[in-house]
Amino acid sequence: MQPSFIKELQNIVGEQYTLTDRESLAVYGYDSTPEIESLPGAVLLPGTAGEVVQIMRLCHGAGVTVTPRGSGTNLSGGSLSGGGVVVQTSRLNRLLEIDEENLTATMEPGLITSALHREVESRGLFYPPDPGSMNISTMGGNVAENSGGLRGLKYGVTADYVMGLEAVLADGQLLRSGGKVVKDVAGYSLNPLLVSSEGTLGFFTGITVKLIPKPQGKITMLAHFPVLQDAALAVSAIIAAKVIPATLEFLDKVTIKCVEDYAHVGLPLDVDAVLLIEVDGHPVVIAEEAAAVAEICKKHRCSFFQTAKDADEALKLAAARRTALSALARLKPTTILEDATVPRSCIAAMLKVIQDSARKHNVTIGTFGHAGDGNLHPTCLTDERDTDEIKRAHAAFEEIFDAAISMGGTITGEHGVGLAKKKYLPKLVGESGIRVMRGIKNAFDPKGILNPGKIF
Amino acid sequence: MDYVKLINCMRCGMCLPACPTYKETFLETASPRGRVALVRKVQEGELDQSEQLLEYLSLCLDCQACASACPCGVNAGELVAEFTCERKESRGLGFMEDLILRKLVPHPDRLETSMVPMRIYQKTGLQNLVRKLGILKMFPKQLERMEGLLPDLPDKPLRQEIQVITPAVGQERGTVGFFLGCVMSLIFSDASRATIKLLSSLGYKVITPKSQVCCGAPNMLGGDMAGLKEAAQTNIDIFASYDVDFIVTDCGGCGAELKKYGHHLDGYKSAEIFSGKVRDISQVLALHADQLRAKLKPLPLKVTYHDPCHIAHCQGIRKEPRDLLKLVPALEYRELEAADACCGSAGTYNIERPEMSDLILKRKLDTIQATGAKILVTSNPGCLLQLKKGLADHLPDVKIMHLTEILDLSMNGQS
Ligand SMILES: Cc1cc2nc3c(=O)[nH]c(=O)nc-3n(C[C@H](O)[C@H](O)[C@H](O)COP(=O)(O)OP(=O)(O)OC[C@H]3O[C@@H](n4cnc5c(N)ncnc54)[C@H](O)[C@@H]3O)c2cc1C
Ligand code: SF4
Ligand code: SF4
Repeated sequence: MQPSFIKELQNIVGEQYTLTDRESLAVYGYDSTPEIESLPGAVLLPGTAGEVVQIMRLCHGAGVTVTPRGSGTNLSGGSLSGGGVVVQTSRLNRLLEIDEENLTATMEPGLITSALHREVESRGLFYPPDPGSMNISTMGGNVAENSGGLRGLKYGVTADYVMGLEAVLADGQLLRSGGKVVKDVAGYSLNPLLVSSEGTLGFFTGITVKLIPKPQGKITMLAHFPVLQDAALAVSAIIAAKVIPATLEFLDKVTIKCVEDYAHVGLPLDVDAVLLIEVDGHPVVIAEEAAAVAEICKKHRCSFFQTAKDADEALKLAAARRTALSALARLKPTTILEDATVPRSCIAAMLKVIQDSARKHNVTIGTFGHAGDGNLHPTCLTDERDTDEIKRAHAAFEEIFDAAISMGGTITGEHGVGLAKKKYLPKLVGESGIRVMRGIKNAFDPKGILNPGKIF
Repeated sequence: MDYVKLINCMRCGMCLPACPTYKETFLETASPRGRVALVRKVQEGELDQSEQLLEYLSLCLDCQACASACPCGVNAGELVAEFTCERKESRGLGFMEDLILRKLVPHPDRLETSMVPMRIYQKTGLQNLVRKLGILKMFPKQLERMEGLLPDLPDKPLRQEIQVITPAVGQERGTVGFFLGCVMSLIFSDASRATIKLLSSLGYKVITPKSQVCCGAPNMLGGDMAGLKEAAQTNIDIFASYDVDFIVTDCGGCGAELKKYGHHLDGYKSAEIFSGKVRDISQVLALHADQLRAKLKPLPLKVTYHDPCHIAHCQGIRKEPRDLLKLVPALEYRELEAADACCGSAGTYNIERPEMSDLILKRKLDTIQATGAKILVTSNPGCLLQLKKGLADHLPDVKIMHLTEILDLSMNGQS
């Protein structure tokens, strides 16, 4: 990057917040995605939305690309820049307002997800999306990836809560979409377009989300299944029985062992799968739902059914589940995880495909995920130095994707396409899908300044 | 350095919110994930050992909060420390390092003599005069900071005073060896005296060998692995000559290091046996909770507990100290928010990186204030030094005590 251009960047955000040393560039060249790295030309840490506007104007004029970055925990390479400027939102992390009359919260994009949870919950309110990474992921990243979480089954994903966005467009113009109104049909709905746009359409500087009252109570349960398929069938049966738990998470044997090794929460090491189930709401209702869940699990041959004895134990179980992906990396240095999602009724069939592909390609796959959403994370445990095994891992995943698509599912439920899944997207959305998406990108950013090379 | 340990980091970022320097800066270079990546890239030849790189790495406190937070078993703090140690080792010890690590630290009597001028300085009132006249302002900043941290020294180091054998009170249940930390002996001798008293009153014969030497942790910091191994060997031999059930220490830093002797002297059976016997004092006391409870008298005080990194993160001990405090009748225990976050002491960090250390200390003091506690308990000399000074400057009505001091106080029935 030209020294004169760097000087101009420094004039906007200050020298201290313009990083160009080799070491900084190196560590902003990765995110949580395995196997890909890409060095930025500079890293900026703006302190105000106004500075973001100026950065966009300058870069747009100079034809330099800009990649927004929250905490760099996405799993699809979305925050890697390909040589342009990376703009980290960590200093834009204020919670601006909790509006208890309209049940909304408004914040800057760098706010950490769990910090929002703490604030709203202290006022008896609730913001449900809770990705496994919630203690470090930013709200901007959550919106850009449309992140799900452990409570997705009952409460939905980030998109279901975004009411208003303020975004800086590629040329530095401000775009406001939505707001605090619960109904709005004025023109095209831009919120859903911006949510899950992976930093390619606009740079969010303000986010308004919907809040709901905090559920009065919850019951957390753990069911042990000696046979994997029984766990999967139990998932479909629970949903078919018209019980909608907040959480219905699945962990297979490999995952259980790794999580237990780290978290020591007393998970069983001798079963094929566990389901972590949480029902929440009015105490009378959840007691009935918990009983129904227990009944169904027993019918599906669960060997042990356990109810968390207090809030502390419940929290520990959920926290342990959140470590699943990282804990799997205890066994092998490289973990390649996928995010294929199928209609819920197909969970058992999908698990079978995963097992068969792992066997066929001779790779170890640990599977966990948001079973209630039909969203599994088969995770291949491998070693990046073993090129042959890596090849086999990708071959297995190719099969898993094909199967997901043929079941009416998708290649990614919540991690986004980014760089990692680009080549699979045409398979899913076809030529027309890609053409429309390109058209949308062109309408927002004809010069291709914002987060280039992602999605398609 | 083991390359596999570096590539085990899968870059999930789960450690970031636990890291004190990341919390202050939000910079990837100041995060555990970033530090592992920097070391890895040096190892892979992608980055040089530039000044800038070393500067980034030196901001790490080696508090190992990242290790507690990492679900996949990576210990960024330890990897940085190992890298730094290996680098220093390959350059050889400088004059000062040789003087301190080889000629001073391994010889307790010399170490103690070197403190004599400090003691005279305090006892003669010279300290007050110097502080009043602001003479220290004329010297390098680090000296002024160091001077400020030093609390009142005891008349004599504990090592010189204590008998080798302290008999058990009443029925003898076993024998423990007491490992006397340098700083505990030199500065916090009252706490170690309390430790020995508690052990003996619970029926342990306590053996405190006078020839024991520094645990070797400073050698590791200074890049002197050979010195560390020598210290380990000396201590292993000394304690092997007594038949003890446990080797007990009331210094978190020593405990963490002693437990690693087996790892440092890999394959050496006596080292493994030695490390297997090492216990933090809280672990031993917690074994006899009922008996201890019967001896404790009410202390109507509001108390909170700060987890030393060397105890919580390096040794995984969190429950015992809290359980012990809760044994004291009438004591009102208040949990500290982020109790296991570093206080910014971290060996000589508070002298070498004063700005960052002060930011981290401030966070700690704010949480202490929020508890409303009037007594802060902890059990590591580094934390005691740092927090004593911090409290004196900012929260003068909060007093600090070592865990064994408050238990001893309760046993004596005074408040
Ligand atoms: C251990 C682990 C567990 C996870 N669990 C889940 C889970 O349960 N559910 C789930 O959905 N995901 C999960 N993820 C994925 C990831 O955490 C989410 O995608 C998260 O939303 C990313 O947030 P971030 O702040 O790290 O964003 P980053 O990774 O920094 O960025 C993600 C994308 O958002 C864009 N972006 C960031 N900020 C802005 C902004 N202000 N404006 C416009 N674009 C922006 C970036 O350009 C990039 O394309 C997990 C990841 C890990 C490592
Ligand atoms: S050190 Fe552990 S927690 Fe931190 S990024 Fe690496 S793997 Fe994740
Ligand atoms: S040891 Fe402490 S300061 Fe160093 S990386 Fe780990 S958490 Fe951060």
